[in-house]
Amino acid sequence: MSRMVSADPAAGGTACAQARIDPESAEWVATLTAGGAEQQAALARLHELLVRIARSEMRRRSQRLRVAGPEMDDLAYQAAADALMAIIAKLGQFRGESRFTTWAYKFVIFEVSAKVGRHYWRQPVVAMAAEDWDKLPDRFGLEPARQAEWQDLAAAVRRAVEEELTERQRQVFVALVLNGVPLDALAAELGSTRNAIYKTMFDARRKLRAALAANGYLDDGSARRS
Amino acid sequence: MNQWPALERFLSTDPRDVGCAQAMELLHVYVDLVAEHSPARAAQRYPGVAAHLRACGPCGDDFDGLLAAVCTSAE
Repeated sequence: MSRMVSADPAAGGTACAQARIDPESAEWVATLTAGGAEQQAALARLHELLVRIARSEMRRRSQRLRVAGPEMDDLAYQAAADALMAIIAKLGQFRGESRFTTWAYKFVIFEVSAKVGRHYWRQPVVAMAAEDWDKLPDRFGLEPARQAEWQDLAAAVRRAVEEELTERQRQVFVALVLNGVPLDALAAELGSTRNAIYKTMFDARRKLRAALAANGYLDDGSARRS
Repeated sequence: MNQWPALERFLSTDPRDVGCAQAMELLHVYVDLVAEHSPARAAQRYPGVAAHLRACGPCGDDFDGLLAAVCTSAE
């Protein structure tokens, strides 16, 4: 299969020419826009695929989701239906940079993510306002047996959170780190987006590292590649 | 110093990280590269996406899900 894809935006590349669409993907696009019985048959086939992927993805995430049986199946059907609508609406944006099915499955995976995030608040493990700093050592794998070694560090982390972060960064840190709220669930609760919450936390992490390094608790590689 | 690896990992940020929006925009392309070639090839072509997927749990989860979907449907 021959494709031309965009260069990495992070590397400063530019989008390049229209990709060449592989035959199977071209057939999907053709039948989904054919009209009449052919289009209806393609829509039914795609819906069937999306339901299968959604159910499989719900099962994969089920341990964290705390939902099972008919309720999980219902969420999978909703995800597949919403994904199908999004795919139809955005079909003109498919440029053959990947196989059609990979592009289409992406929609249903995103729908499952969003539904799992919203579902969290039906049975939240902790309240949003909770703030239990005693959980901090456990979150960062600081063993009780070595408390004498890390207690100053833990106090410095807390101090840095309280003194260096903005109110929004602090709110996000407490929810994600102390309370263990899933990022998508937090985004849904705050009426925000995954991207915005991640960026808030990304900036907070940089600030915390800089503060801890400045006080000698960590080395001062303020930005490192993993 | 790497006395507290979990804390070090949490506080480490990669300047190449493109963020969720760009990573999700390219996820289908990235997953096809992984499925048809290799994770290394995908990471080489899109280092900013690779950096993001390593750091972001939810996007990493979506990547795992999409890759599983593609591999399953290919069987």
